[in-house]
Amino acid sequence: MEHAISLFVRSIFADNMIFAFFLGMCSYLAVSKTVKTSLGLGVAVTFVLLITLPVNYLLQIYVLNPLNLGYLSFILFIAVIAAIVQIVEMVVEKFSPSLYASLGIFLPLIAVNCAIMGGSLFMQQRILLEPENVKAIANIGDAFAYALGSGLGWLVAICCLAGIREKMEYNDVPKPLQGLGITFIVVGLMAMAFMCFSGLNI
Amino acid sequence: MALSQKTKETLLGPLNANNPVVVQVLGICSALAVTVQLKPALVMGIAVTIIVAMSNVIVSLIRNSIPMRIRIIIQLVVVAALVTLVSEILKAFAYDVAMQLSVYLGLIITNCILMGRLEAFAMTNKPWDSFLDGLGNGLGYAWILVAVAFVRELFGAGTLLGFRIIPESWYVANGGFYENCGMMMMPAMALILVGCIIWAHRSINKEEK
Repeated sequence: MEHAISLFVRSIFADNMIFAFFLGMCSYLAVSKTVKTSLGLGVAVTFVLLITLPVNYLLQIYVLNPLNLGYLSFILFIAVIAAIVQIVEMVVEKFSPSLYASLGIFLPLIAVNCAIMGGSLFMQQRILLEPENVKAIANIGDAFAYALGSGLGWLVAICCLAGIREKMEYNDVPKPLQGLGITFIVVGLMAMAFMCFSGLNI
Repeated sequence: MALSQKTKETLLGPLNANNPVVVQVLGICSALAVTVQLKPALVMGIAVTIIVAMSNVIVSLIRNSIPMRIRIIIQLVVVAALVTLVSEILKAFAYDVAMQLSVYLGLIITNCILMGRLEAFAMTNKPWDSFLDGLGNGLGYAWILVAVAFVRELFGAGTLLGFRIIPESWYVANGGFYENCGMMMMPAMALILVGCIIWAHRSINKEEK
């Protein structure tokens, strides 16, 4: 249990998907114009991570490892992710049209969000670590904790950036640097700030 | 080479005016993560170029028989199969680079350049045009990667491709004046460098906008 909590906190701050590994950068930069849509995308990413990562964990442990099919993991993982995203989209559309209206446009995008695939691939590496290692994922509970932490870390990162970008509307940025250029530099500075968390030990 | 105007544009456009990384903002994730050294950046650039070109051709060949509703899954499977091939080949012949690239090799699957090009170009164009488009976009991606990696490795470690460029005798430890810029090795610096490339690119190509 302690291990799962430490994994959870570490994956939000020290191993943040955006600032430490640059995962999910494309939609991160494209959608972070307002806090509201960012929050929607962040919730959607967390939700999909929370479903796909444990499913892929079970597949890796009970299907790929015993059958020695490790090299098929890319195809299997991405198929699982794409299928789950499609199912989630249909379920949400059926049962909660209002949620669908706010998340709808983001859901298909999430299938190709690197953070989702990256989460599964990191999980695959972390299974191999020693159980004492703080980064190890030893059971299904850890997989859930890691998925939730990574998703929330992503959510925090995109909401922070969206907040800064909303403020920055009023600033006098050099013309060629406006828009994308300054956003990159802001993310760079935020990444530096988040580096302070790398010493975090729980 | 007798290339028509349109073919030339398909191939060369992505290198500069329509660059996938700095203009279309696709494939940023891996562009930032693998650029600490020049060698993994080169390998990554080549791998992505091959995969974009090949997957463009394959999807373009089967484009008329793909049902619209499940096209994303089909495209992903094509790409995933190619990425698996490339990663197995790299593990066999360049193990150390494959280890350095680690998960980012697998993440080529979700590289937005691939999905972007497949959706925007290969689904509606002939195989040969799609091949050129893939080649152009892959190379456009590769040169940004190499440019960022060049700066980061040169100033961060004083080497290029593992060869020493800045002489040992310049370093403070050996009685010189120079010290490596540790910031360059940090993830944050990659973001700032790409930001600067975009800045330069936009101020040069201003008249087109």
